[in-house]
Amino acid sequence: MRTLLVALALVWPLPAAAAAPPRQVEQGKHLYGRYCLACHGANGSGVPSAPSARTGAGPGRAQTQQRGLGPSLHGVGAQAADFYLRTGYMPLESAHKQPRRSRVLFGEQEIDALVAYVASLGPGPPVPRPHPERGSVSEGLRLFTDHCAGCHQVVAEGGYVTGALPPPLDAATPTQIAEAVRIGPYVMPRFSNRAISDRQLDSIVRYVDYAKHPDDRGGWALGHLGPIPEGLVTWLIAAAVLVAVCMVIGRRLRSGEG
Amino acid sequence: MIRRAVRFLDRRAGAAPFVRKTLRYVFPDHWSFLLGEVALYAFVVLVGTGIYLTLFYQDSTEKVTYHGPYEPLRGQEMTEAYRSVLNLSTTVKAGLLMRQTHHWAANVFIAAIVLHLLRIFFTGAYRKPRELTYWLGLTMLLVALLEGYLGYSLADDLLSGMGLAIGYSVALSIPFLGANLAALIWGGPFPGTHDFFARMYVAHVFLIPAAIAVLLTAHLALVALRHHTQFARGARQTERKLVGLPMYPAYAPRSLGLLCAVAGVLFLLGGLAQINPIWLWGPYHTYSSTNGAQPDWYLGWLIGGLRLVPSFDVVIDGYTLVPNPFWGGAAFPLAVFLFLFLWPWLERRLTRDTAYHNLLDRPRDAPGRTAVGIALLTWVFVVFVAGSADRVDVLLGLGYQTQTWVYRVLVFAAPPAAGLVAYRICGELRAGERVERARTRAEREAREAAG
Amino acid sequence: MAKARPSPKDLLIAAVVLLVGRRRPRPRLRGRERIVPQGPPDRRAELVVLALLLGSAGCAAGFVAFYALDRLPNQTQLLGASLGLSLVLLAAALVVTAKRLVVSEELEHDYPAEEHVDEQLTIEQIVDESGDRVTRRRLLRLGAGAAGGALGAALITPAVSLGPVFDMDRFYGTPWRRGRRLVDERGRPYRADEIEEDTLYTAFPEGADREELGSSLVVVRLPTSALRLPRENARFDAAGIVAYSKICTHAGCAISLYRAPLFQPVEPRPALVCPCHYSTFDPARAGAVTFGPAGRKLPMLPIYADGRGILRARGNFDEPVGPSWWGVRLRKPSP
Repeated sequence: MRTLLVALALVWPLPAAAAAPPRQVEQGKHLYGRYCLACHGANGSGVPSAPSARTGAGPGRAQTQQRGLGPSLHGVGAQAADFYLRTGYMPLESAHKQPRRSRVLFGEQEIDALVAYVASLGPGPPVPRPHPERGSVSEGLRLFTDHCAGCHQVVAEGGYVTGALPPPLDAATPTQIAEAVRIGPYVMPRFSNRAISDRQLDSIVRYVDYAKHPDDRGGWALGHLGPIPEGLVTWLIAAAVLVAVCMVIGRRLRSGEG
Repeated sequence: MIRRAVRFLDRRAGAAPFVRKTLRYVFPDHWSFLLGEVALYAFVVLVGTGIYLTLFYQDSTEKVTYHGPYEPLRGQEMTEAYRSVLNLSTTVKAGLLMRQTHHWAANVFIAAIVLHLLRIFFTGAYRKPRELTYWLGLTMLLVALLEGYLGYSLADDLLSGMGLAIGYSVALSIPFLGANLAALIWGGPFPGTHDFFARMYVAHVFLIPAAIAVLLTAHLALVALRHHTQFARGARQTERKLVGLPMYPAYAPRSLGLLCAVAGVLFLLGGLAQINPIWLWGPYHTYSSTNGAQPDWYLGWLIGGLRLVPSFDVVIDGYTLVPNPFWGGAAFPLAVFLFLFLWPWLERRLTRDTAYHNLLDRPRDAPGRTAVGIALLTWVFVVFVAGSADRVDVLLGLGYQTQTWVYRVLVFAAPPAAGLVAYRICGELRAGERVERARTRAEREAREAAG
Repeated sequence: MAKARPSPKDLLIAAVVLLVGRRRPRPRLRGRERIVPQGPPDRRAELVVLALLLGSAGCAAGFVAFYALDRLPNQTQLLGASLGLSLVLLAAALVVTAKRLVVSEELEHDYPAEEHVDEQLTIEQIVDESGDRVTRRRLLRLGAGAAGGALGAALITPAVSLGPVFDMDRFYGTPWRRGRRLVDERGRPYRADEIEEDTLYTAFPEGADREELGSSLVVVRLPTSALRLPRENARFDAAGIVAYSKICTHAGCAISLYRAPLFQPVEPRPALVCPCHYSTFDPARAGAVTFGPAGRKLPMLPIYADGRGILRARGNFDEPVGPSWWGVRLRKPSP
């Protein structure tokens, strides 16, 4: 009996600690070779300099001029692969432009394979699991204003920073928000859980979720952008209507009227 | 009944001659003469809704913690001012309607003044003897810009707080006395003392509206004393004779109808279109900011100016004579207004025309003036559009840095080009009319000859 | 025969007549020529106006009803729509009245005289003759000018109490002193080892008013190899951790944007950016301006990590904080 229990105790943690099934990793490696190798190098070692004439096969590489530069993927973990692939940031649609949310090239199974492969390249953070229901919207607004609103705008409508376009967050899932905060993609700063704790991240995720459909008790929300659309409404609706009213009222006297 | 009222009024105030003249005062009948009234009626709505708001607003910057019904701000620290506006927007019945109507009315008020100004300028209505009326109107426009700015800054939300910091920096940038002036207004360096909001409040609800009321009264009195100008549409309208509708019974219902229409449109907007949702922006702190912060539209030309000026302070021997924000934030609007103020005098000098004018020009009949006006408008418009270049980048992907350079060139190139184009168009239109007139004359003569 | 007592009905009628008055026939203004031209009636227009007026009344009543109801969803929209519509219908009624129910006549009216030369001369004469008794005209005028000017200046003088107009010291001062700890918004001191690269931190002086412009800082960590601090700012960093004023030197907005490239070879370099007019500052070069309208670099605070690893200020900023004014380059911030 005791032997059985000891044996169970040894075997029990193994499935959790075991890496993804080797076949998945193999499939991921194959996909990596087709779509990622050109910029991220063999075995994810990265291509830090000297743009090469290498072009990869596959639709993602249909551009004429590939810079062929890409960071190393050692230690980025399932977290990064999951983020970049599920949002369509990667494979890069255009090597010259900022990576952004776009078409997702791969199916679920393929993404899992690629994530497994990238995770196998070195110990790295797993896919985070935020719990927005544990967070508070008001704490989230405060944190979002402090850390995020400068680039993403206070209601997450996106914005501009010199040389880049922080995107609006209306399509971001809770997992993707958590991933982006921890990774800091492109020129976004990254926040480890020493800067923003998991509980604080829950609140931020909860707030971003709220910001997708915030309290618009005043009526037509005009995109939550403030004075620019308000000015457009002033001129293109209010002024236009009132000028039309003036034209109707001030219509010139014709003989026989009145 | 009427007879009794009139008799009462005349016996006690001697008003019958005045009322009789007023009843038959003649208004020229063209729709463009109603634009000034749109502004006037928007002002009426502003005062009405504004009085309502003063009964709820608190001008204090004491810090409080919010425990009201709007969840995303619960537990947050904010000023009493912000909380009172939050209260108005969430708790007071019809409070949000009044707030939004008031804000839409402010935007429409200034838009109407601008449209009215365009009509005055491009038809030459400001010429002798109406220069005073014109200057009063320009002053009211200037005052209205300040009034609107103070109004939306009273809410102490994140966006308007950032705007106040920028206003402070423009005041600071005035050569020689900027810092001293700013210290006077704010009671010290930004964010100033607790007095500052109280000062803004008094200015916004009393001092400036009183000033506008006085200017408006003088403006309308002058218009009535000199009578309206008119377009020369037929042989009857001359420099000596005004032809149009009498105040009563024809014009009064039209004008009252316009008042109701303006108020109606403003209340419709106030209820249906959200404006300045301060609960979404959150309270202001000097150490907080958000992307995409903009001033209200009528100050958009200033943010454009502030963004376009390249990075330099004018420094002489360690003395910072002209800090950067001065050019875009103060010199630019000053130049525009100065030009507008001086224009009647300038035009008199350039055209050597010192006669009285009661008849208006069609824009095409004064190509020089039209060209100058279009050039000035283009200048302001280019800078105005440059102010939202970042959102254009977000929307259309046109690089912000590239846009900045393009606008820096356009600011100099576009106004003369536009003025030239306007000049030519005027010429073409008039040439076309001359041809048309000659043709109809020839036809008529041919018919007469045929018998 | 005896008079019958008035019935309640009679009393009621009598009261009404007393109040309202019997309808007297309108006295014809005999013998006066018609002023307002006659026009044909338009009974259809009258019905339209009536309908509009009733519609307006209905909407106004709706407004009151919507107001009275509690917890009505979209209450602001309903209130605005009903009140707005009521006014618009009233406007329509007035305009239809103007166009169809009253005559619109074209009147001619003479413009007033351009000027009244006679009156002008009379005024001039009155003023002129009134001053006949005065002999020392210019002297008195000077005296009046002096009195008026001085009195005017005296009356404006109390305005100086509005602020410290002549005390510019406040513009140079900040709460930072040697040894002051850097704390976060909760008041917790920052430790050097918790400051990570590619992250933006906001810091304040311990115990100071956070709203003061000189208080807030942005703190970032750069690899020491990436730092290019000029000589004046040597040793301003704490092993790669640099601290700058959070207040933009252009127009005073908070610098809350940090460009932290993930992959330097293809991405823009690290920068602190202001969201108002996009003034961009280089944290590796003591806050030098790299884009945007700011005319002055970002003030840098010298910091160090104390014996316990807590970040402290080594002194005050190298330049005054906030937007520039005439004296911003004349002095350094006080100690």
